[in-house]
Amino acid sequence: MNPQERLKIPRHEVPAQDPDIRRNNYEEVAIGFDENTAIEEAQRCLQCKNPLCMQGCPVSINIPKFIAEIAKGAMDEAIRTIRNTNSLPAVCGRVCPQESQCEKTCVLAKKGKSVAIGALERFIADYDRKNQISKEEVTVSSTGKKIGIIGAGPAGLTAAGYLAKLGHQVTIFEAFHEAGGVLIYGIPEFRLPKDIVRSEIKALENLGVEYSFNTLVGRTITIEELLADHFSALFVAPGAGLPVFMHLPGENLCGVYSANEFLTRVNLMKAFEFPKVDTPVFCGKRIAVIGGGNTAMDAARTALRMNPEEVYIIYRRTEKEMPARLEEIHHAKEEGIKFLELTNPISYAGNDNGWVQEMECIRMELGEPDASGRRRPVAVPGSNFTLPVDTVIVAIGAKTNDLIMRTTQGLETSKWGYLVVDPETQMTTRPGIFAGGDIASAEATVISAMGQGRRAGKAMHDYVLNR
Amino acid sequence: MPKILEKYELAPKTHYLKVEAPLVARHAEAGQFVIVRVNETGERVPFTIADIDKEAGTITLVVQEVGKTSIEVGALNQGDMIHDLLGPLGTASEVEKFGTVILMGGGFGNAAIHLLGKALKKAGNKIITIIGARTKELLIMEEELAKVSDELVIMTDDGSYGRQGLVTQPLKEFLESGQAINRVVAVGPIPMMRAVGETTRPFGVKTIVSLNPIMVDGTGMCGGCRVTVAGETHFACTDGPEFDAHQVDFNELVKRTRMYKPQEQHALDECRLNKKINELSNETANAGGK
Ligand SMILES: Cc1cc2nc3c(=O)[nH]c(=O)nc-3n(C[C@H](O)[C@H](O)[C@H](O)COP(=O)(O)OP(=O)(O)OC[C@H]3O[C@@H](n4cnc5c(N)ncnc54)[C@H](O)[C@@H]3O)c2cc1C
Ligand SMILES: Cc1cc2nc3c(=O)[nH]c(=O)nc-3n(C[C@H](O)[C@H](O)[C@H](O)COP(=O)(O)OP(=O)(O)OC[C@H]3O[C@@H](n4cnc5c(N)ncnc54)[C@H](O)[C@@H]3O)c2cc1C
Ligand code: SF4
Ligand code: SF4
Ligand code: FES
Repeated sequence: MNPQERLKIPRHEVPAQDPDIRRNNYEEVAIGFDENTAIEEAQRCLQCKNPLCMQGCPVSINIPKFIAEIAKGAMDEAIRTIRNTNSLPAVCGRVCPQESQCEKTCVLAKKGKSVAIGALERFIADYDRKNQISKEEVTVSSTGKKIGIIGAGPAGLTAAGYLAKLGHQVTIFEAFHEAGGVLIYGIPEFRLPKDIVRSEIKALENLGVEYSFNTLVGRTITIEELLADHFSALFVAPGAGLPVFMHLPGENLCGVYSANEFLTRVNLMKAFEFPKVDTPVFCGKRIAVIGGGNTAMDAARTALRMNPEEVYIIYRRTEKEMPARLEEIHHAKEEGIKFLELTNPISYAGNDNGWVQEMECIRMELGEPDASGRRRPVAVPGSNFTLPVDTVIVAIGAKTNDLIMRTTQGLETSKWGYLVVDPETQMTTRPGIFAGGDIASAEATVISAMGQGRRAGKAMHDYVLNR
Repeated sequence: MPKILEKYELAPKTHYLKVEAPLVARHAEAGQFVIVRVNETGERVPFTIADIDKEAGTITLVVQEVGKTSIEVGALNQGDMIHDLLGPLGTASEVEKFGTVILMGGGFGNAAIHLLGKALKKAGNKIITIIGARTKELLIMEEELAKVSDELVIMTDDGSYGRQGLVTQPLKEFLESGQAINRVVAVGPIPMMRAVGETTRPFGVKTIVSLNPIMVDGTGMCGGCRVTVAGETHFACTDGPEFDAHQVDFNELVKRTRMYKPQEQHALDECRLNKKINELSNETANAGGK
């Protein structure tokens, strides 16, 4: 096929469940490509000599190569190519903000029709899971080195897999009773089926990685003790766990949740199956979700599946500035979530039982750009209005938990509370202790966490062997 | 999984469980708690660490049946495993030489103040303990508390044991007696802790209470355990659970702990129903076997 022919093929959009049906179920919204569609989409790739797409991928997947292999139908080669640099392709294919990464830098993006790289990655990972074409075999002999990983989110899991394959004895310490981090407790089933996450985690167990659940490092055991217990190196990846509230009057009324709590109740504790499971969640009839990121979209769409009358997204800037993935915003709208842009809450009022009843909001307008380059929202005086609500979910971001820093010597943090690391090696200010993911950077994407996990893995391997 | 080494009933619907948990025991201090899950579908519920044996690597929990999960914990037996147990969580109690400390307990709180009493005694404090119960058979930990206390006052609502009345009565008498009281610590039901705070407030005696809001993770991740203290929001699982009684917004706490009342009632009804069905089917099975 010559480039002209390739350019004529229109971009294939990922099919999705009908919005009116999916708003009543927890099944995956995006359905994914079938084999023919995938091959046809793969044929659109121009196989650039200088593949710009790869510059947009934080883990530098050899994108043209795996796509060419799909186009040829060489699925086993394609999955091998991806797994070379990405250990959780089924996850990334679903949750990467492709439009601001690989698909943004693809040459075809200029025409607004980049190759559907994310969807192809997802296709091949799903194909692999169904047909079991790639078998990970580790043949390296044991190095005899013990390495500890703190936190079983994408950063920790990636580092663990990388190091186990090199023959190190890896133990993951995880506070919760289950591995996965945000992939399990935050991102909902209808966007990232938990079976998929669990099967990727299972693959790690097959590599010999050991888990120590219900272990809160800093409380159950300290880093100092782990080092004394012959761990040659540690990777600190506890994510950015602390929910941020706005400190508005009435924010502690019943019915006001952090997105973390709401999503953890539903996802990790499966409250949507109450009373079959014991953890309850309250979701009323009129729900306001504050924020415009992935977390806000996930909370709003989760709430929508509990049969309310109205779900609002309340965001102080406009849709254009929302940090959420485009696909999520699009899906949320399709499902009937109402977007109140340029709006900010200023207080909540409750009834005699302490339940939230209404919220007062104020309209905003965009002023001068701030440090992040986004235009700063400013309140429009006198534009206040009230909105009757019985559930509020605050999803305006997260801060780092300083438990590990407080209980370990020599770990420096930045002004914003992130662990200071060497960008090349992910080593913290204390030799032998590495860190990555949301604890070490504000990037806050699954793939950047994984990229840092991998980089740390490499550096830790060198570190423990050269000591 | 942590194993239950010893289990018995301290009083009706109040269970003593000694659990093997070496790492937790190694790090635990008075005032901290654990989060427990009984089975695959279970809720995560917090229980105070009521005793610690660092050498044996065990901790003790005292669990009062109030709803589905606590009934399930109460139904566990010696030799059973606890599905998940996370801890120690929360900030430990302040222990130093204060002078004279009055410890106030109610329900499972008697076990918590016992552990704290041991630590405070060791730090050189004079300990006055006031405990109360509705009726004699519900009173727990009397003997153990007697050992760590310089003075022990027992109150029952019905007068079946000790003096009749509320624990705040003797508390007020001590405060009015003119002797120096340097600190009061109360662990028990919310109304009791609140009343203790109100009693000591006019005397300006520092009073600490251990709050028990609804929790999920217990690590600072969800914010479900928020309490207002001195007009500011705190996460009880990390900043607490102990706070200054005179600064706590008890109204808010009470309302927030009732958030899932209908759901809890539903779970409890279902739990009782299942228990009944099991009993009936066991009876039928036994009858059939004869
Ligand atoms: C609702 C939601 C939706 C999101 N959607 C997307 C998306 O679509 N695309 C995307 O790219 N990104 C998304 N993100 C961001 C992404 O999930 C995170 O950036 C990523 O998970 C960070 O990975 P991590 O490994 O650093 O930490 P986490 O995933 O947070 O995992 C950290 C783990 O460490 C454990 N832990 C914490 N403290 C301790 C301790 N002291 N001891 C032991 N264990 C500990 C935690 O329990 C947790 O399991 C979303 C985030 C949220 C909350
Ligand atoms: C720090 C702390 C220490 C505690 N220590 C003890 C103890 O040593 N012994 C003891 O018997 N009880 C203790 N509790 C209370 C105990 O956690 C609750 O009684 C238990 O969770 C009730 O669960 P349930 O399913 O049996 O009852 P439910 O029917 O679910 O609830 C009954 C009441 O318990 C409270 N509750 C429910 N779920 C939770 C939850 N996840 N977290 C906190 N409270 C909840 C609610 O206020 C509710 O009104 C403590 C609570 C906290 C926060
Ligand atoms: S991992 Fe993410 S950024 Fe990289 S190719 Fe896949 S979808 Fe694109
Ligand atoms: S930039 Fe786009 S067209 Fe070029 S190789 Fe990458 S995916 Fe293919
Ligand atoms: S219980 Fe989740 S933050 Fe305290």
